[in-house]
Amino acid sequence: MDSGNMAWVLISAALVLFMIPGLAFFYGGMDRSRNVLNMLMMNFYCVLIIPVLWVAIGYSLAQTPFDNDFIGGFDSFFLKDITVAGDGMSLATIAFLGMFAAITPALISGAVADRMKFSAWAIFVPIWFLLVYVPIFKWIYGGWLGQRGSIDFAGGTAIHVNAGIAALAAVLVLGKRRTTPMPPHSMPLVMIGTGILWFGWFGFNAGSALAANGQAAQAFMNTFLAGAAAGLAWVLTEWLRDGHPTNLGAASGIVAGLVAITPAAGYVSGPAPILIGLIAGLACCYAVRLKNKFGYDDALDVVGVHFVGGLVGSLLIGFFANPAFFEGSFDEGIFYGGDVGLLVEQAIANGTAIIWSFALTFAIMVALKKTIGVRVSQETESTGLDLSEHGETAYHSAQ
Amino acid sequence: MKLITAIVKPFKLDDVKDSLKAAGIQGITVSEVRGFGRQGGHTETYRGAEYKIDFVPKVRFEIVVDDSQVDAVVDAIKAAASTGKIGDGKIWVSNVDRIIRIRTGEEGSDAI
Repeated sequence: MDSGNMAWVLISAALVLFMIPGLAFFYGGMDRSRNVLNMLMMNFYCVLIIPVLWVAIGYSLAQTPFDNDFIGGFDSFFLKDITVAGDGMSLATIAFLGMFAAITPALISGAVADRMKFSAWAIFVPIWFLLVYVPIFKWIYGGWLGQRGSIDFAGGTAIHVNAGIAALAAVLVLGKRRTTPMPPHSMPLVMIGTGILWFGWFGFNAGSALAANGQAAQAFMNTFLAGAAAGLAWVLTEWLRDGHPTNLGAASGIVAGLVAITPAAGYVSGPAPILIGLIAGLACCYAVRLKNKFGYDDALDVVGVHFVGGLVGSLLIGFFANPAFFEGSFDEGIFYGGDVGLLVEQAIANGTAIIWSFALTFAIMVALKKTIGVRVSQETESTGLDLSEHGETAYHSAQ
Repeated sequence: MKLITAIVKPFKLDDVKDSLKAAGIQGITVSEVRGFGRQGGHTETYRGAEYKIDFVPKVRFEIVVDDSQVDAVVDAIKAAASTGKIGDGKIWVSNVDRIIRIRTGEEGSDAI
């Protein structure tokens, strides 16, 4: 057993778990004060249900048997036959991947903020996990999309593009909020959430090397640089365009950069992470305005940041992939002597994930709408989901 | 007996409180309120989208005093809350018919 690898993967798994409260605060601070607890609960609920499902059936369906190209089987339900004999790394890896499974549906919560019934969310998450997350994960990691030659280091396509396009499908079924959108109720919460996310993202990306090695170190450096460069690009853009460098712009830019570098973290080096960050920051800074143009109510910009950021990063692999640097077995990007082959494969993988995720998410939401309903009442929407859905309120003026 | 109500800028909370204590006032009630006067609201930009903030945060003081104290209290608040800029707030004085101290049942000036 290599104790260094084991230590790094276990620590990385805990870092990814810490991203859940990070995401919850990032979203919760942007939400209005009467719905912030609903937002936190939508996120934390994912860590209640997904770990149980992951160990019970998710891992087995998403991975084993490894030679199946489309979906796993039933052989590893409840981690049957997985032991700590040998190096024990498979168990550490299953825990690590379970954290990814938990945070992916949580990403969608930002889009449906202020109006989705919690009961509908509680059913949506496990169904979405099984019908959307598990198959796409299998196709990319070991399945047919991965075998064709597309690469996705830490989940740009499997997680961010997937959740981002699912968010779009979900809000199209859910409809617009009846109340006027409000500015963030607590920017300090957004900033601490962003800091926690960035911290956790080192485990997300560098941990995806599944070893304490040079690739992990470069992924760590890339995570550092892309977040910074994208935050810089976003802040400068809005400073010139709108007149002020805002905290929300810095936070949004950092997250956009982290999303974009996720698929590329273990495949790019040199100036690439900075360029990927700058491009993603600029692209997402304009992409968050699309909702106003097209009229979908993506409350906290999951589409503009996660879908667009993930897609930009995943496609840029086709230009920046540098296998020589990593002594890796993936194709070269266009800037490193490759042809367009890798870019085409990246486009195929993302296109497939987009179609599957959008169609299935739309169908799940329509089914929920026709059965238990997906919207809270107009009265609940104006009095707040915290009190009606959870019987709690976040802030009390008299203490 | 009069009720003096004052709407002031939130950052003037401590100044007004200290000024009232110095004027000999023993009890005040404050609340966080929002509203607009001639100052109007303002706009904030988040992710490129502009939001009109119609109601500006203010602090409301409520003080019940004997008739003889009214001028001193109004002057104390006015002096402490003034910045000379638009949005400083307002003070108004209204009649109070009856005051009761709950613990003892005292009424009128004894209950102030």
